[in-house]
Amino acid sequence: MSGPAVSRRLAINRLRERRPLEPAVIDRFLARHDVPIVEGGRCTFLYRGQADEVHLVHRTLGLPERIALRRLHGADLWYAVVELPEGSRFEYQIETRHGEHYQRFNDPLNSRLAHSPVGASSVCYARGYEVPDWTQPNPESRPGTLVDLTVPSRALRRDTGVQVYLPARFRRSGSYPLLIAHDGSDYLHYAAAKTVLDNLIHRLDIAEMVVAFVSPGDRLVEYADFAAHARYLTAELVPRLEADFPLLGNPNGRCLMGASFGAVAALSTAYRYPESYGSLLMQSGSFVFTDIGNDHGGGPVFDPVVKFVNRYRAAPRHVAERVFVSCGVYEPLIIPNRSMVRTFEDAGMAVRYLEARDGHSWENWRDRLREGLSWIFPGPQKFYYE
Amino acid sequence: MNIVLLGPQRTPTLRGVVPTMGLAGPVATITAGWQEREPDDSELDQQLPSPGINLALYARWQDVLDRDPEFAAAERRLRRLLDQLQDFYLVRLDHALRAVHDVARRGGSTQLRDDALTEAIAAVRDIDAWQLRRISDIQADYYAAWPPHERPVIAEHRAAVGRVLQEANALVIAGGHVGVLAATLHLFNVAAELSSPVIAWSAGAMSLTDRILLFHDRAPQGPGHPELYGTGLSLLRGVVALPNASRRLLLGDPIRMGLLARRLAPARCVLLEAGTRLDVDEGRLPPGTRVLADTGRVTQLEAA
Repeated sequence: MSGPAVSRRLAINRLRERRPLEPAVIDRFLARHDVPIVEGGRCTFLYRGQADEVHLVHRTLGLPERIALRRLHGADLWYAVVELPEGSRFEYQIETRHGEHYQRFNDPLNSRLAHSPVGASSVCYARGYEVPDWTQPNPESRPGTLVDLTVPSRALRRDTGVQVYLPARFRRSGSYPLLIAHDGSDYLHYAAAKTVLDNLIHRLDIAEMVVAFVSPGDRLVEYADFAAHARYLTAELVPRLEADFPLLGNPNGRCLMGASFGAVAALSTAYRYPESYGSLLMQSGSFVFTDIGNDHGGGPVFDPVVKFVNRYRAAPRHVAERVFVSCGVYEPLIIPNRSMVRTFEDAGMAVRYLEARDGHSWENWRDRLREGLSWIFPGPQKFYYE
Repeated sequence: MNIVLLGPQRTPTLRGVVPTMGLAGPVATITAGWQEREPDDSELDQQLPSPGINLALYARWQDVLDRDPEFAAAERRLRRLLDQLQDFYLVRLDHALRAVHDVARRGGSTQLRDDALTEAIAAVRDIDAWQLRRISDIQADYYAAWPPHERPVIAEHRAAVGRVLQEANALVIAGGHVGVLAATLHLFNVAAELSSPVIAWSAGAMSLTDRILLFHDRAPQGPGHPELYGTGLSLLRGVVALPNASRRLLLGDPIRMGLLARRLAPARCVLLEAGTRLDVDEGRLPPGTRVLADTGRVTQLEAA
């Protein structure tokens, strides 16, 4: 005995069979569906308009760089069906060609956008992906405060601006761990870092902590194994913060965090000052290296990075007690990050490694903050029995 | 002394308990585990026949820290020392428990594996015992160096707490931060002044035992190792209180739960779930008490 027939055919395939395919039919179809249309593991991307060609463009490792959309016969609707594994986040744009003219833009049929310092892109949430609730403002979470600080740096030969996060119940009589976040302004703007901290502290998932959000001058220089940057953090910023705020003031109470080049800066700073930091939180680190030759493919800005990572891999050094590493499986950096896990373990450091079905993006780094921060500075949940 | 242990009070059951104990007159309450929210006890009062007298142990503790900075500094040093000790303990525990789990998963001769497992668990028990001894030694040294009864501010508060407890017909201890609760109960010497029945839940129940076990298998950073934190008032001996066990423990993992039970034996790992009420008479747990068995399953105590 069987139940009522359930259509397993994709919505787009059912539409293709409609005759005649009048514009009003397409209008109703688009009004009925959220685009991209997520049906199980298959996601249907759509574009409506006149063009000679339409492509989906993205930077997801494993898929063709440009995925052609097919035109629905006799209509101005284009479509492509892409298999996305459960829990994936997929950032993309639409590219159209009119004669010799190419144009890239965000998906007009999809209101979901992911933001970054280089602009916004459309994002598709595959089946199983949900924006974590702790990344969204919660009126029950008491907000911490951000204090602007100017720290003159002889090492960097400039005044540096630092935004210091103080937790909601900050007390001068307390004693707090310190997290230093590279690309601090981006963490605040694109990874909702303040909201995340407020929520995770409220939920007792992470310890109350002071966070210094630092921002670079010339990022690709300062974060690429730059001695002056390491000296600035360790010999100038940390002493200043420990003088101004009630911090634990020992290596176990200090963590360096960074994403991409920021992760390289975190590692190289700890490498240069191995007794100073108890833990590192590194997301999608740009740990590009070569096993032979110098052809790393990253261009000149990666030269100092590759030199540093090669040196580190040749003689792994214990630079912190605990290291949290996360990376998206859809980004090319997944391979060097996987390799580095073993290297860190060989150096005798406790490593927590996490992969996500995501790319090189701030929302990926946002979504991993709970696992990372709760491992580095666990909250007091184990003490609470209500 | 009569002690009633309750499950978590998110859906309160306290109101139904007090009349059955035949209590009349004032009831003292302790909500120090709520820390800054200690005074927000109006909902608790609604569960009592008449508003309770809150001993305000957290506020008294803050007052001590404010008015006796020398003692406050010493207490901070103690806290740092104990934190450091706990770190070392967790490192040792981690290695020892990994060995236990590795042995438990091995195949081969059952007899040999069981022998190896028993030895591995014995190593964990040694580490637990070492930890409790070291905590006790450090605290004894601290109290010898800083006798609380000789500190005027503490003595003043202890006397006030003692007066309330002598007049109270019962003491109610709510949950919250078990570390803060245990510390304030010790500092103000609550056990010494206690003669009336006690009703406690969650962290309050834990703080009555002689072994406080911290546990959270569903923490965001993954399951941690259950760890001994020290002693409570020791009004209940041989009991390890596990509030909200089904939400906080991986009860469906019999290897993990069996290890916990064997590690802490002969103490009973007692589950305190929502709706639980255990009337403990002269330290004896009642029949029907839900405990972890050596097999890792939840079982009920039978009548003696």
